[in-house]
Amino acid sequence: MAFVQLLISGISLGCIYALIALGFVLIYKATETVNFAQGELMMLGAFGGLVLMKLAGWSFWFAAPLAVVGMFMFGMALERLVIRPIMGQPQFTIVMLTIGVGYTARGLISMIPEIGTETHTLDVPYKGEVINIAGAVISLEQVAIIGVTAVLCALLYLMFRYSKLGIAMQATSQNQLAAYYMGIPVRRINGLVWGLSAAVAALAGLLLAPITFVHANMGYIGLKAFPAAVVGGFGSLPGAIVGGLVIGLVEAFAGFYLPEGFKDIAAYVVVLVMLVVKPNGLFGGNLRKKV
Amino acid sequence: MTPNLSTGTSGTPLLVARDLSVRFGGVLAVNQVSFEVQRGEVFTLIGPNGAGKTTVFNLISRIYTPTTGTLHFEGQLLSDKPPHDIAALGIARTFQNIELFENATVLQNLLIGHHIHRGAGFWSNLFFTRASRDAELAARLSAERVIDLLGLQPLRDSFVAGLPYGKRKVVELARALCMRPKLLLLDEPSSGLNVEETEDMAWWIQDIKTELGITVLMVEHDMSLVSRVSDRVLAMNQGEVLALGTPAEVQAHPGVIEAYLGSVDDVSSLRRAAA
Amino acid sequence: MRFIFKTDYAQDIALVKHNGQAFWYGLLVLVMLAAPFWAGDYWLSQLSFVLIYAVAGLGLMVLSGFTGLASIGHAAFLGVGAYVQTVLSAKGWPFPLTMALAAGLSAAVGVVVGLPALRVKGIYLAIATLSAGFIVEEVLARWESVTKGNAGISVTSPQFFGADLGSSEAFYYIALGTCVLVTLAVLNLLRSATGRAFIAIRDSEVSAQSMGIHLAGYKTLAFALSAAIVGLAGALYAHKLRFISPDQFGIQQSVDLLLLVVVGGLGSVHGAFLGAIFLITMPQLIAMGKDWLPPAIGQATGLQAVVYGVVLMAFVLFEPMGLYGRWLKVRTWLQLFPFYRRGLFKRQKSYAKSERLK
Repeated sequence: MAFVQLLISGISLGCIYALIALGFVLIYKATETVNFAQGELMMLGAFGGLVLMKLAGWSFWFAAPLAVVGMFMFGMALERLVIRPIMGQPQFTIVMLTIGVGYTARGLISMIPEIGTETHTLDVPYKGEVINIAGAVISLEQVAIIGVTAVLCALLYLMFRYSKLGIAMQATSQNQLAAYYMGIPVRRINGLVWGLSAAVAALAGLLLAPITFVHANMGYIGLKAFPAAVVGGFGSLPGAIVGGLVIGLVEAFAGFYLPEGFKDIAAYVVVLVMLVVKPNGLFGGNLRKKV
Repeated sequence: MTPNLSTGTSGTPLLVARDLSVRFGGVLAVNQVSFEVQRGEVFTLIGPNGAGKTTVFNLISRIYTPTTGTLHFEGQLLSDKPPHDIAALGIARTFQNIELFENATVLQNLLIGHHIHRGAGFWSNLFFTRASRDAELAARLSAERVIDLLGLQPLRDSFVAGLPYGKRKVVELARALCMRPKLLLLDEPSSGLNVEETEDMAWWIQDIKTELGITVLMVEHDMSLVSRVSDRVLAMNQGEVLALGTPAEVQAHPGVIEAYLGSVDDVSSLRRAAA
Repeated sequence: MRFIFKTDYAQDIALVKHNGQAFWYGLLVLVMLAAPFWAGDYWLSQLSFVLIYAVAGLGLMVLSGFTGLASIGHAAFLGVGAYVQTVLSAKGWPFPLTMALAAGLSAAVGVVVGLPALRVKGIYLAIATLSAGFIVEEVLARWESVTKGNAGISVTSPQFFGADLGSSEAFYYIALGTCVLVTLAVLNLLRSATGRAFIAIRDSEVSAQSMGIHLAGYKTLAFALSAAIVGLAGALYAHKLRFISPDQFGIQQSVDLLLLVVVGGLGSVHGAFLGAIFLITMPQLIAMGKDWLPPAIGQATGLQAVVYGVVLMAFVLFEPMGLYGRWLKVRTWLQLFPFYRRGLFKRQKSYAKSERLK
């Protein structure tokens, strides 16, 4: 039954990667910028939930949604203050800026005495409980991760497909100037996209917290989400999910079947193979520039 | 030997396109296009937008591969050559939406145009040996000749990023000339230029043909420029050839008139009944 | 205000454009040569670090600044160079040979890393280099028979046919010599066809191709060259630190290198030097500033990260041309005084436009 066990843990880890990758791809689809601080946003979301629960004493079911909403606002503020001034600059510049944001966020959190420097546990109500399926032991935390990811994907799909907001987001990503001309409130859309992305990251952080605990270096997991986004194809939302699952499964199985150390780099090997075989990812479109 | 302008049958043609077709997904962008470009002439492609003219250029530059049909340059088959070998064959092009090197100076752009004649390789460059030095001096001499021809002296050390559109078009042309090509592909050379700049462009195209002996294949919309400089014109519409001949012949061709202006039937419904 | 009248092409090609440059650079060279005499032990050591990071910065600058290929895993090459140098120096091989081999093997790794990078651009390239960086770091950690793995390995001094060059003065001259040679090599490339080909690839790949520049060939060359230069820096780094371990060549170091080139000024040789000076002096300044801050902030572990992050953000937002750009503006102000206009270096407002077709 090790296989089923690995499958489940691979899928649940993959869902975390998928959620973070989803955040990247949302921002990339809307503004063609890459947010290297996505992992740190996830970390901030987890800390937000922790603080609300520990200091304010609120229950998880109250603190968690509040943390998500809080991160939504934070994402919008971040876009307004930091990202907006350099819209239109080459990609490299924006990447460097987000790296800077990540550094600063990580540093600031670890400067807060007691909270930032220690590792904390997040007391989720479903912690520690397990269920048995086909002989495999699955923790409720993993079920929660998979379930929430599935629901979120469905909601996002509906939004992008059927709502004006979703179409507006796609328009601003393809040609900002034209979007302005069409009367789309580009700046507000960008703010909303960043807010949404930060909220998704916060959700990932809250779901991940029971497994990895809450600490300032949580964001490094976000680095693994990049391979996920690349494998799926950077401009594709379903791609992010599939990519995340692929990476999660590869890691789970590599950790079990391959010698020590392969687990850590399995994701990166997959990326390099993918870039050689299918550079645009599984779902990515053709990237040729028209001249 | 003056070429026979209507049918172009003097000597071996420089570029031969036979039954060229290219399909992008469901769209047949170019459909069974055939033409020949004679050495030393100015050959123009005209047609409404979307006719496939720039696509033909991209086929020649090997940015696209034809689905069927062949392209021969000086007798050699083009379709098995990678894009970076086209320059060495002697084909240079300008781009419709200017593709200059924005963060470099005009002079550097021209020197990059000279790349295929560079003479010295990586290791020689690394230690800047005599060979590199001589290659550099030769490159600059070549670039200066083009600068003189097109009057770019005041802009030599300006960064392209700050130049106005009209000047950029001239730099794009200059860069292509630095390649010392046999065939020059000009993609809409007068688009975005005002009357004076278009006038200059016309003179330059004529100079390129007579003084430099370069064959010119161009895509153009400005009919006065086309009539003035072209030896022969090919009219295209929706990926197909409509007419081939001298500018006067093609402009009088009924199919061409219909493609540009529409037919009598299209406007007859707008005619008011006599009172 | 200096007007340079160019009378022949050789003048345009020369490395030193006019007497003023000759004077100042000459003075700089003399000062640097005499450093062991006027600088104390501590400052000599810091200067050596600056030289090492300047070389590394030049390597990354060639790839990212001049060829436009972003790399977030460059510390991998630093590591390869460092370990090659360590292993061969321990065998007693002369340092020019070991350094050449460090550069050569690093270049080979660079070619391998560059392979998946040839077909992709932008963010995909950055992720590819990030991945390669992690993989190399892990390999260095696992290949214990050679590298002694995570335990780290101590480094012997540079050897030269029996002479032990481990003293800080001798090492300083080795570092200075390497730095000067690398700088001259890069400047030579930039004023010749190869360097221009790199710039062409950065600015417009389609155009470069139609000019006859073989994209895959030149990109591979850029990777190999960049890796070789950073490998040299790694070799020097190993000797300086005297003890290396794989975790020194991870993502932190890669981001430090990126910080170096961005703060220094992307796309300029001066930028590598200014960035290196910045990277070495920043921790000093933080250490000095700590005493002025209240203990809660000053002693916190995250202070360095915050300062780095804020400085990086500030440069990207307000001074994208980096320290060198700021110097250019200051110099122009001085030259044009009092006619300097604020709009001289104004960035064009640009709108984001997707390069994707879908």
